[in-house]
Amino acid sequence: MTDETRPSPPRSPDAGVRGIRQEDVSIDTYRVLGPDGSPDIDRLPDFDADTFRDVYRWMLLQRTFDDRATKLQRRGRLGTYASGQGQEAAIIGSGFALADDDWIFPYGREAGALLMHGLSMRDLLLYWRGVEDASRMEGANVFGLAISIGSHIPLVAGMGWGMKLDDAERVAFANLGDGATSTGAFHEGLNFAGVMESPCVFFCQNNQYAISLPFEKQTAADTVAQKALAYGVDGIRVDGNDVLAVYNAVTEARRRALEGRPVLVEAVTYRRAAHTTSDDPTRYRDDDEVEEWARRDPLERYRNFLAEAGYLEEVDEDAVRAEVDDQFSDAVDAADAFERRGVEAMFEYLHEETPPELRRQRREYEQFLADHPEMYDYIEQRPKG
Amino acid sequence: MTMNATIIEAINDALHEELANDDRTLVFGEDVGQSGGVFRATDGLQEAFGEERVRDTPLSEIAIVGAAVGLATYGYRPVAEIQFSGFLPPAFDQLVTNASRIRWRTRGELTAPMTVRMPYGAGVRALEHHSESLEAAYSHVPGLKVVIPSTPHDAKGLLLSAIRDPDPVLFMEPKHVYRSFREEVPEGTYTEPLGEAAVRREGEDVTVVSWGAMMHKTLEAVDELDGVDCEVIDLRTISPLDRRTVVESVKKTGRCVVVHEAPKTGGFASELVATINDEALLYLEAPVERVTGFDVPVPLLAMEDYYIPHPPRIAAAIEETVDF
Repeated sequence: MTDETRPSPPRSPDAGVRGIRQEDVSIDTYRVLGPDGSPDIDRLPDFDADTFRDVYRWMLLQRTFDDRATKLQRRGRLGTYASGQGQEAAIIGSGFALADDDWIFPYGREAGALLMHGLSMRDLLLYWRGVEDASRMEGANVFGLAISIGSHIPLVAGMGWGMKLDDAERVAFANLGDGATSTGAFHEGLNFAGVMESPCVFFCQNNQYAISLPFEKQTAADTVAQKALAYGVDGIRVDGNDVLAVYNAVTEARRRALEGRPVLVEAVTYRRAAHTTSDDPTRYRDDDEVEEWARRDPLERYRNFLAEAGYLEEVDEDAVRAEVDDQFSDAVDAADAFERRGVEAMFEYLHEETPPELRRQRREYEQFLADHPEMYDYIEQRPKG
Repeated sequence: MTMNATIIEAINDALHEELANDDRTLVFGEDVGQSGGVFRATDGLQEAFGEERVRDTPLSEIAIVGAAVGLATYGYRPVAEIQFSGFLPPAFDQLVTNASRIRWRTRGELTAPMTVRMPYGAGVRALEHHSESLEAAYSHVPGLKVVIPSTPHDAKGLLLSAIRDPDPVLFMEPKHVYRSFREEVPEGTYTEPLGEAAVRREGEDVTVVSWGAMMHKTLEAVDELDGVDCEVIDLRTISPLDRRTVVESVKKTGRCVVVHEAPKTGGFASELVATINDEALLYLEAPVERVTGFDVPVPLLAMEDYYIPHPPRIAAAIEETVDF
């Protein structure tokens, strides 16, 4: 080291240094339906009347599932539940755009999309009852719910990579919320997918809140979609309360993904319900805001479109609601009928072959429970768990 | 003056105290500000001390813990909250790579006087990844203190010590007993020493060691046992471990049972058994028993009760040890 000190040159103004600023980025929000449901005719998907009606039926199903699941939780017959109320267009529009072979990595609120993808309603209820067997996701290319926020995103990049290596015509599709975009896993996963040219769609349902944190405090960026640029992947911003816009956006994202260009889609929507049934949103947001978004109800908007287009006359709404209600009731019955499990369920499936020590722990515990019935004073198996 | 407080209220009070005592103290984490925390640990703090000092952060465990290291080395006293212990693993890197060794690698030039608070453990019917007890893993990181209170009085006094400690402290809160009982807690500021166990019951026949939520299962078991004079030790701090209190007690009783909620293999009981082996082997009249969770993930809510070491298991282990 010398005795020299840091020179102090004059601090001149910008001298022409420009770079890129936040305000240089602007991304359109894609729409098909206006707030009143009036369509941009050129952008309407090429659906027949039945398909347009089917979309509505699925949106109703999503809303009914959320309503009834929340009520079930209130009656103590379901664990903590995370509703998608207000996000029906984002959930159903995206679900509709996928193919059966695609894999969905869920984040929790997308019941309708998972049911559409082949998951049974019974199993979805069993998951929220805390029954591990539900996560088999039998009959559907659905991954386990990413309860640890954002943890699934690198997995999506990896599964997409595998699909590409296989030359498979399928994509890995992630649902995530705005909160997940702050995690390291999100940034690493998107960057990785970009480099690997993985056929992935990262679908961010920006519902404006991560529990209590509003989007403007989640990130200093104006949008989620613009984050795509940093990873060399494509970004699309779409009105998340416009089911047809979401359908088109995810269809296009899927097409690009299959060409080796991962896409980050931001669906701008609103979480009208609490974060979960354990949350009280009155602590951190105004009723006015919630009511304002209620007036932008995605079902109402799409219903207006259907009515204007003349598709609604043939829809017996009461009959559809009744049908969806019955479907839910049947699923509750099926969940109730799920066989009561013994303690062995806790020890199974951790390893392909259970190691000797764990076999011993199980054997000793089973014997202990048999010898000490007073243990059951402390063990309450939750509803048909 | 005292207040009749639950653990969660005592934690809230400790944070309130230290924010008032030292304006370099900062509280931050997910949902800790406006909403007051998902368990209400930080209720009212932002209102009292403003958004600069009680701050909602993005959903970023890595940045929450990493930023705490940065703030601490710069001279602040960060108290970061991780919402559930199941969300700490991404930030484990910051604890291992930075927080725990900053003093060591800079030969004392920089230090990280920071506290990471988080609720841990099963029993509240939470979702997946909300119920883990990984204290043994954290105790394995040299330079990181691991504190686990079991009572409101200790929660407040230990948290104040943790915040004032010159080195990083992981403060694990037994959420299962956050609100399950009250006790008299002194108002104002007081500290309980880190690294010192508390003897909850004095006895001659057998030493029973536990901490956190399992302390209460242990006391329930002990209090219902007839004819066994148990000495019950609440470790309160896992790292550094108060070896002396445990060893002296075992020398007196000649028998020991350790109770924890975490899986058995590699659990902290193993360290206690090894310590007893090192320092009191020849005093033992029976093998040291462990009553623990199982070597499996904590089951989802439907079956989580099966996982937890309930009093009958603890009582049976104590009797077996005494009758050996």
